[in-house]
Amino acid sequence: MKILVPVKRVVDYNVKIRVKADGTGVETASVKFSMNPFDEIAVEEAVRLKEAGKATEVVVVSLGPSAAQETLRTALAMGADRAILVQTDAEVQPLAVAKVLKALVDKEQPRIALLGKQAIDDDCNQTGQMLAALLGWPQGTFASKVAVGDDALTVTREIDGGLETIELTLPAVVTADLRLNEPRYASLPNIMKAKKKPFETLTPGSLGVDVTPRLTTLKVVEPPRRKAGVKVADVAALVDKLKNDARVI
Amino acid sequence: MTSSNGAILVLADHDNATLKPATLNAVAAASRIGSDIHVLVAGKGARAVADTAAEVAGVTRVLLADAAEYEHRLPEPVAALVLSLVPAYGHVLAAATSEGKNVMPRVAALLDVAQISDITGIVSADTFERPVYAGNAIATVQSRDPVKIITVRATAFEAAAATGGAAAVESVAAAGGGGLSKLLGQELTKSERPELTQARVVVSGGRGMQSGENFTLLEALADKLGAAVGASRAAVDAGFVPNDYQVGQTGKIVAPELYIAVGISGAIQHLAGMKDSKVIVAINKDEEAPIFQVADYGLVADLFKAVPELVAAL
Amino acid sequence: MVTKTGPSSAKLGSFAWDDPLLLDDQLTEDERMIRDAARAYCQDHLLPRVVEANRYEVFHREIMNEMGELGFLGSTIEGYGCAGVNYVSYGLVAREVERVDSGYRSAMSVQSSLVMHPIHAYGSEAQREKYLPKLATGEWVGCFGLTEPDAGSDPAGMKTRARSADGGYILTGSKMWITNAPISDVFVVWAKNDAGRINGFVLEKGMKGLSAPKIEGKFSLRASITGEIVMDEVFVPEENRLPNADGLSGPFGCLNRARYGIAWGAMGAAEFCFHQARQYQLDRKQFGRPLAANQIPQLKLANMETEIALGLQAALRVGRLMDEGRAAPEMISLIKRNNCGKALDIARVARDMHGGNGIADEFHVIRHAMNLEAVNTYEGTHDVHALILGRAITGLQAFAP
Repeated sequence: MKILVPVKRVVDYNVKIRVKADGTGVETASVKFSMNPFDEIAVEEAVRLKEAGKATEVVVVSLGPSAAQETLRTALAMGADRAILVQTDAEVQPLAVAKVLKALVDKEQPRIALLGKQAIDDDCNQTGQMLAALLGWPQGTFASKVAVGDDALTVTREIDGGLETIELTLPAVVTADLRLNEPRYASLPNIMKAKKKPFETLTPGSLGVDVTPRLTTLKVVEPPRRKAGVKVADVAALVDKLKNDARVI
Repeated sequence: MTSSNGAILVLADHDNATLKPATLNAVAAASRIGSDIHVLVAGKGARAVADTAAEVAGVTRVLLADAAEYEHRLPEPVAALVLSLVPAYGHVLAAATSEGKNVMPRVAALLDVAQISDITGIVSADTFERPVYAGNAIATVQSRDPVKIITVRATAFEAAAATGGAAAVESVAAAGGGGLSKLLGQELTKSERPELTQARVVVSGGRGMQSGENFTLLEALADKLGAAVGASRAAVDAGFVPNDYQVGQTGKIVAPELYIAVGISGAIQHLAGMKDSKVIVAINKDEEAPIFQVADYGLVADLFKAVPELVAAL
Repeated sequence: MVTKTGPSSAKLGSFAWDDPLLLDDQLTEDERMIRDAARAYCQDHLLPRVVEANRYEVFHREIMNEMGELGFLGSTIEGYGCAGVNYVSYGLVAREVERVDSGYRSAMSVQSSLVMHPIHAYGSEAQREKYLPKLATGEWVGCFGLTEPDAGSDPAGMKTRARSADGGYILTGSKMWITNAPISDVFVVWAKNDAGRINGFVLEKGMKGLSAPKIEGKFSLRASITGEIVMDEVFVPEENRLPNADGLSGPFGCLNRARYGIAWGAMGAAEFCFHQARQYQLDRKQFGRPLAANQIPQLKLANMETEIALGLQAALRVGRLMDEGRAAPEMISLIKRNNCGKALDIARVARDMHGGNGIADEFHVIRHAMNLEAVNTYEGTHDVHALILGRAITGLQAFAP
């Protein structure tokens, strides 16, 4: 059984992002990039399924600039078998990514597409669900546990207020949540071996997919600054503020 | 397939018995776009939910799809149902709950339109604000698609009034799409506290707690709020709680929606672990404590009186 | 109207305070991946243990296994279970490990450069097969015995003797300040033979007459364990002698590699102190504004940034030359001396910039300052490396009258 794992190159989660002064986006020059953390979890899960004898091949794919090659190499160093870069310098939004992935699924015929639940840059949380829709496959989103059977997949999902377990017929789409596993570090020998693994480069055009964005970003601004704090007189006043001003309880 | 239309469809979040409060926030967001607001209740034996939705202020129609395939609101049949109704709507909204986030992108892809996720503001009928980079930036985005598929961050919109509406409830036909997945079981773990770094609310205690036993006060508060319990380095060093409670530079870094610091002075190394929290509350009897410099709401009080009062008030 | 071309029309780029000379761009994709993997492991798994390790003087032995699993041990060696990375990558790993603690980097350097390297470079095939795979995984820990109580900067003055005996040698003597010694399974020991030539021997834990007592009361590198090697008539069979090492060039070949790694590592510790001091100065407000808004802190931070940027460039340059086989020992002396000395200065200033908090171990800077005292001293002191350079500059050696 083949597993397809899409990975995204994003601004590293440790970077404190800065909004550009002209409001067109966030500063990405001289900023560290790395694999989207949820995608790392997806790669780890796929590699574990392979190590457990449940999967035969793990194919990682990324849609993005040539620098995304490094993200794919990292996935190869974690244990994926081969990589496909669908290269574009254009802004890609989740629907376009899902269409590219659908084209790759048609080509590669995996039984499972395993994705991170969301990317930490645009925070959209859409691509896995969209891919499942385009393929007509069932979806197990926000997975904290995955068990693979012959014709079905059991997925434990993180839902508001607890967990639920569902069974999906295969083929299926799964998206990984934080608690699914703790990804391994790429070891030095595996980083060296990753250089020799198959690596293919395609373009959205060669897959017949139009990746033109549907949403236009008009501006990007910093969030409102923390307002100067206030002292409250008593517990009743505090509860009132939390309920009615901050609306956090 | 779709037409730009004034009516707005809001997908209800519910458990067949009660309407989840976040739906009221989604209705509130919808009312900022237009006035003809329909709520879709997809469930099994969910008539009571539909009746509740009909009373929500601003709701003009409630569509009830009551069928076995919607009992657990699995995304494949629910998406197919929404898709069957879309031609009548210009906007479809759902709260960005685990259900809304699960279903809506599926709907969007089937319509070949973009989804606008987790909106926190509405500029116009086609232009919205949404947080990106974990809320470190706010993007304003415009959709050119004929129908806008939107999830709504509930905390950004004040809930619509639960009463005041008198909408008609009408049944809609099921639309198929089931059979690909089934629910095996649910494990709702409300009593168990969430993990520190993932909790929406964190209640932390410091040296002012005076002993480990006194942390039961904080646990009571945490249970009320569905919060995780943390501690300052000082409380850990004093042996009140184990090290994995520690919030701070050498402990866990947290950024919950609400952080309540109790009896914590606010040493710089503690602040480094929680200063990105959305709302910070400090309860301390020392009004000069540095924690008050970062707190949105400071209460100068004896924690042994204030915390039980707070528990009682929630 | 003439359009300007060439250098005078060069555009200006943007500045990143945490990578001022864009070192990141100078690395290859593999090197960046190795650096990132090392950083992630060190920050997630070493940093949480180090305060306790330093405070209570504990070496968490399992760290060697973890480093082994990640391929950090003997990483430049090809085969025998080793990764076969270049020297720049080795330096990048040292920098990430020492960003957490010089003691952890010391444990790794010793295993890699002072134990595995000599076995690989000077050992027989049988010795390589026997020792390298287990040292690479961290199943075995090794140490390196050169320094003696009365022979530090002058190793040729060593007193340890290897007398010829039937089928091997009898070793007698003692070695001092030996990283990893009390927990070692394998001891690479240097001793003079009957002809007065320095030879290398691989001793194993349990050999009769061999002991490795821990040195107590150490206020530097407390997270790594240090001991003596005491050899009282230890019989070492001929097959445990390193056949291809003869004279001081053997141990010096090892030390060159270790010193190169130290030059990178010290910059990792310095970067940590710089970043920590910067953050503290931004967070700490006195007289109604951040300390960082004052001129003296800014001057100190500018000095730190400059020395680190230059030190890293120098380390990278020497690494590239090592990978091309063109690095001279004097180059290594230059960067070891400079980078350790500068890192120590930076750590002391960072400690000062933390005010009272700077002496508390949870802020880490006092630990780095204490560690770097040893790092500046071991593997050739700051002054001895100056003499190596002085000899190269003038052609006159100033070590001995």
